[in-house]
Amino acid sequence: MTVLQTARQKSWGLHLGVIALLFLLQFVLPEYHHGNFSRIMVLACFAMGYNILFGYTGMLSLGHALFFAAGLYGMGMSMHHLGWPAEAALLAGGIAGVVAAFGVGVLALRTTGVAFMIVTLMFAQAGYLTILYFGDYTRGDEGFVIAAAERIFLGFELTDPSFRYGAALILFAVMVVVTLRLVQSGFGHVLVAIRENEERTRMLGYDIQRHKLIAMVISGGMAGLAGAAYGLLFGYVGASFASVQYSIFPLLWVLLGGAGTVLGPLIGTLFMFYLIDWSSDITTAYMLIAGVALVLLTLFAPQGLAGTLRQKLVRWLP
Amino acid sequence: MELGPYLILGLLEGLVTAAVLALMALGLSLVFGVMRVVNVAHGEFFMIGAVLAWWIADAVGSHPAFAFPAAGFMAAILIAPVLTAMLAMAADQLVLKRLDYDPERTIVATIGLLYIIQQVTLMSFGPDARPVEAPFNHRLPIPFVEWRAGGLQAGGLQDGGWQLYWPWGLGTTSYKLFVIMAAAVLITLIWLVLTRTRAGLVMRATRIDRDMAQAFGIPVGRVYAAVFGLGAGLAALAGVLIVPIQQAHYLMGHDPLLLSFIVVIIGGLGSLPGTVVAALLIGVGDGLISVFFSPTLAKIIATLGVAFVLIFRPEGLFGGRRQ
Repeated sequence: MTVLQTARQKSWGLHLGVIALLFLLQFVLPEYHHGNFSRIMVLACFAMGYNILFGYTGMLSLGHALFFAAGLYGMGMSMHHLGWPAEAALLAGGIAGVVAAFGVGVLALRTTGVAFMIVTLMFAQAGYLTILYFGDYTRGDEGFVIAAAERIFLGFELTDPSFRYGAALILFAVMVVVTLRLVQSGFGHVLVAIRENEERTRMLGYDIQRHKLIAMVISGGMAGLAGAAYGLLFGYVGASFASVQYSIFPLLWVLLGGAGTVLGPLIGTLFMFYLIDWSSDITTAYMLIAGVALVLLTLFAPQGLAGTLRQKLVRWLP
Repeated sequence: MELGPYLILGLLEGLVTAAVLALMALGLSLVFGVMRVVNVAHGEFFMIGAVLAWWIADAVGSHPAFAFPAAGFMAAILIAPVLTAMLAMAADQLVLKRLDYDPERTIVATIGLLYIIQQVTLMSFGPDARPVEAPFNHRLPIPFVEWRAGGLQAGGLQDGGWQLYWPWGLGTTSYKLFVIMAAAVLITLIWLVLTRTRAGLVMRATRIDRDMAQAFGIPVGRVYAAVFGLGAGLAALAGVLIVPIQQAHYLMGHDPLLLSFIVVIIGGLGSLPGTVVAALLIGVGDGLISVFFSPTLAKIIATLGVAFVLIFRPEGLFGGRRQ
């Protein structure tokens, strides 16, 4: 057995173990943390989508709130205005994320580096303002609630905490498996090659633009699906999810957990969620924690938690 | 009232916006031009300027020795930008310098700085908006001309022709005119410093080639700190100037940040004349569009415009080719 194969087996073991651990946790967690974990798992899916683009392909987007919100509103609007069932609406949300990412990608990928960051930021800002502008349909900042009676997915009532946890876990597990398959595939290796040395990868004959666009579409699709699931599970659709803050959050989660690691997004989301949850008990200025974390991370731990772990201890971590 | 007076009103309000915007965007553009740092926390330096202005004006105004009304504002305009510049220099030394001014990592770090500054202000200054009294605030009505047809009227037979009149509600204040003039003077001063003095020469040399400047004995580290301080000071100055018109609030940095990004990008990154022209265009355009259409629509158009300029014409609409 080669080293690569052992590493693969180990990593599958680790990730399936984490999923199993999350499954078992629901039986021991107190009610409050049980709810939090459902949220964290869905938000971690958003972060995993972000990680495909930022962590693996090396492109820093400041506009992922657009894709999350596209999913959220794609789901919410089709249920609220068209009366679609939850299953179709979830799919509509995912597709909305893909379409938004494709549209932004085709345009924004003509730029790189700092310009790419600003272009994605501007598109996301335009998206946020558009949601506010069409306030008659979107209810703007106030948002709208998806009625409990409509939140039935394949016969399961998503208002029930244990079904909600289960649904979040299934989504999370699917995302982990997809990400793991992706980063172990040849395509994933090309993405990492682009991150490490774009010019050299081009010289080797790879179509950089096509790979970046596909990475962006996958990333946006995952973010959109996470957005749709978040709205469906917790029953609220609002413009605040499209604001700049929600473009910064996935960056923060991924940076904290470790960019370019499969489990990093979960670790980062978990830590940040509880850090903010804990500090908002003390002060209204809880975003201070996010700011301090961002500065400290860029200064002292650009690899994040899982990244540092990989560097120091477990080199096979994908 | 007809269209004309509205246009003039929009134009004047737009000029005030443009003046403040030009100062702020100039700071952003200097920092980007010399240091290659995109300072996302720039809007917070603007906000700090306004908040400090309130603090200083409040402290000075309540002191019996400085009982005359302009004293608080005078003190604020002198002290607030300097304090903000010192804060920015500290941030440069503590954070940006350690990142070796890597473009992408500095953006993330300045996003962090943005939240730190904003939230610390929220904790100390509170969530309320607070006003600063303008040093002078005379109302100036603006005359407008209209065409009167000749003919028999109440006063007898009159000749037709252009006549001056004062439309109701059309006016500005002396303070607003002062803001426009102060910005013009300051921008001219900065242009003179940049093109005519040794300090300007050092800054330009550092911008063109950092390593070569270092080799010629220019203390690049100190130049960077000074430029970052100057950029923040300009934003703070803009904040002090605007605070008698618009109250100080901990979230007030957001919109000006976006607008100054737009200005700097459309004007061509790092080009001073381009920045000023773009500030006029955006400021006046914003004023005019907001009078006639929804401000949200104006912002959507502006943000999309910036994205497309960056995609299809990254050197800016007025900037030349980049070296």
